Amino acid sequence: MADLSCDFVGIKSPNPFWLASAPPTDKEYNVRRAFQAGWGGVVWKTLGEDGAPVVNVNGPRYGAIYGADRRLLGLNNIELITDRPLEVNLREITTVKRDYPDRALVVSLMVPCEKEAWRRILARVEETGADGVELNFGCPHGMSERGMGSAVGQVPDYVEMVTRWCKQMTRMPVIVKLTPNITDIRLASRAAHKGGADAVSLINTINSITSVDLDLMAPEPTIDGKGTHGGYCGPAVKPIALNMVSEIARDPATRGLPISGIGGVTTWKDAAEFMALGAGNVQVCTAAMTYGFRIVQEMIAGLSDWMDRKGHARLEDFVGMAVPNVTDWQYLNLNYIAKAQIDAETCIRCGRCYAACEDTSHQAIEMTADRSFVVKDQECVACNLCVDVCPVEGCIEMRQLAPGEIDPRTGTEVPAGYANWTTHPNNPGRKSAAEQGLE
Amino acid sequence: MANSPLTPGVVPGRLQPDDYTRNFADKAPPLTAHEAAVAADRCYFCHDAPCVTACPTAIDIPLFIREIATGAPAAAARTIFEQNILGGMCARVCPTEQLCEEACVRMTAEARPVEIGRLQRFATDTLMTREGHPFMRAAPTGRRIAVVGAGPAGLACAHRLAMKGHEVQLFDARPKAGGLNEYGIAAYKTVNDYAQAEVAWLMGIGGIAVTNGKALGRDMTLDELRAGHDAVFLAIGLGGVNALRAEGEEKAQVVDAVDFIARLRQAEDLSTIPVGRHVVVIGGGMTAVDAAVQSKLLGAESVTMVYRRGRAAMGASEEEQHLASSKGVRIVTGAAPLRLLGDGAVEAVEFAYTRETETGLELTDETFRIRADQVFKAIGQKLEGAPEGIALSGRKIAVTGPGRTSMSGVWAGGDCATGGDDLTVTAVAEGRDAAEDIHATLMAEG
Repeated sequence: MADLSCDFVGIKSPNPFWLASAPPTDKEYNVRRAFQAGWGGVVWKTLGEDGAPVVNVNGPRYGAIYGADRRLLGLNNIELITDRPLEVNLREITTVKRDYPDRALVVSLMVPCEKEAWRRILARVEETGADGVELNFGCPHGMSERGMGSAVGQVPDYVEMVTRWCKQMTRMPVIVKLTPNITDIRLASRAAHKGGADAVSLINTINSITSVDLDLMAPEPTIDGKGTHGGYCGPAVKPIALNMVSEIARDPATRGLPISGIGGVTTWKDAAEFMALGAGNVQVCTAAMTYGFRIVQEMIAGLSDWMDRKGHARLEDFVGMAVPNVTDWQYLNLNYIAKAQIDAETCIRCGRCYAACEDTSHQAIEMTADRSFVVKDQECVACNLCVDVCPVEGCIEMRQLAPGEIDPRTGTEVPAGYANWTTHPNNPGRKSAAEQGLE
Repeated sequence: MANSPLTPGVVPGRLQPDDYTRNFADKAPPLTAHEAAVAADRCYFCHDAPCVTACPTAIDIPLFIREIATGAPAAAARTIFEQNILGGMCARVCPTEQLCEEACVRMTAEARPVEIGRLQRFATDTLMTREGHPFMRAAPTGRRIAVVGAGPAGLACAHRLAMKGHEVQLFDARPKAGGLNEYGIAAYKTVNDYAQAEVAWLMGIGGIAVTNGKALGRDMTLDELRAGHDAVFLAIGLGGVNALRAEGEEKAQVVDAVDFIARLRQAEDLSTIPVGRHVVVIGGGMTAVDAAVQSKLLGAESVTMVYRRGRAAMGASEEEQHLASSKGVRIVTGAAPLRLLGDGAVEAVEFAYTRETETGLELTDETFRIRADQVFKAIGQKLEGAPEGIALSGRKIAVTGPGRTSMSGVWAGGDCATGGDDLTVTAVAEGRDAAEDIHATLMAEG
């Protein structure tokens, strides 16, 4: 059995599955149930300043998009930070941490960009015995209008400044939660790193309008005929999150900076993917909000089973393993030539590959009168669209042509070895082999 | 009315009133909106979809299912009706498991097709409960066309012609329009007088004048129709029933299954329909199943369907066979009737087992008897009353292409004409295609 125990910036948890700061972690009742269900840790829903709590809307807070059979693919929310009194949250954090010393309990924070405000809240959190804090520089709705959340996360100088304050004012590990609503995530992570952050966590939610009510002519969720952009999350955002995690993981400026991966983690496999791209643990929200806390059992069992199969004894054995394989387009091997290959045995003859290729790609699939589908190697550019639209997993695969084989599309031999755009004759800015240091 | 399933002879009222309501309820209740959404999500939107190829009317099935899935069931219905104006009835009676659903790629994938028939019903029911008719007539052409027979072929032809702007005279020998939809289909497949509702809705196109109780050959001649119209479409169905050619066929309570089915469909009160305690149905098609199942549902103690060939050769689809079995009908295959026994009324049927040989089916010496106080003959119908001078092929009106007969200006389609299976959906396709050809012909004449 693989060892799933996790040490993230010194915060220990029995597994790498944490619940993200969000509605599921807003109160003791939920968090206790989450820990009973097996979650390794939680990031308590964001606390604000002492005093009158924020208020939430009293109408719908969530909007959704669906896949087939109403499977929830994306969720957006316009809920703000906790609307419960600070002292109630702090009291509950204290008792939950006392009762679950083996679980990670990190507290998310969001107060105005004033040093004293951060000092006050950090002192209060320290008293609870919590394992660390997460600075919420990410929420894109509501609080950002008040100069907090993503309004901070979008300005690297602020990120650095507040991170530095916090590092100066607390002994607790400081995790900085980043907003994806920027053009280059690395600027924010570098700022956090410079400010002394122990780790970054990402992504927070993405600005979004999930749909428009065509009767009301208003965005959803709709409050009394009006709507506002919310924060988008769930399976639909996973690709965006994976990219941003990988961008940070392979950025020389922040090399080694621990990352907590967030964004559409729904299954053990999603978690393994985030971790392969450099995340030391993952945080989950939408999947729990969709299916309940019990899903963590699948995540634990699935990850453990996969690690056993792969011979990974501990999380460290595979965390970051895929990072070296993330590169720039210009370094992709142009001598790698593949052709789609359709397995007639498993093909159900729906013809979707044909429609996709014929209408929108390279006219590289032939359809016979008896609905057999065969790839025309002389046309196939291996774009993978047929694989992507095929309803049967594994029915269409990409076969790599071996060096020396003739590519029927170009009529030329597949070259041996590696060659990329930087040296390609069509590249006006190409480098010679000598310039590349290959000689 | 103290009859029960055990009462000897052929008697009505074998069941309690509630039993009839329950037994003759909708065989496949309509999908709810949620069920339809779930079912529609399973469609892969195949390219050049096999289900469309398998549909005699070539409905664009992936398109209408996508329209359902995206919350536009009325648009879905239009997609259906453009190809098949009787898409509502076809959704109820088509042997989909032998047509579109058999061809569904989900059969290959997981042996469970998209529920095309039920989705079609969901769409067509949605549109038909709305006000008005979905199609508009073209400008009047001044042409008059006679359509003889208001069954599926005749109705489809009449509608398409009317839509093209022609005036249609639609004649039918029976008191009501609808043909086999009205008289020849089991009650539980088309509840709530659906056949008549569908006819009324179809007539909403306008330009169709219906005359009931007028039979070709009896009340009018083809020559008269030709003289009074620019074209004639014959959709007279198969009015005759094949004889058993077994000894004792003339005995009382040996009746045609189609008559029993028609009577049942026309009954105000099902408890007034007499049915035997022991019923034997001879035949293996849809009509045989409809008669057998409904006998059982009317309270017959035992119902046996006997077919001369093997199961695979039966005209009734596998699903129909399962339905019959689930209702308690016993299906005996590979046996043919030798003689019907009884003093006046039938009391039993003697069968001989059959054997397939190179020269055809042969009777063996192995015989058996089945008790029967009512026997339904369901071994097929035949053309009766074909007009003089029209060429036949085999036992049907010979047609080429889209229903052209040997006589100029006369088209034919549906069960009375050659080509295609004797299915509602095939009849609709033939009526529709003949209408298109009539239209093209008349317009070319200028």
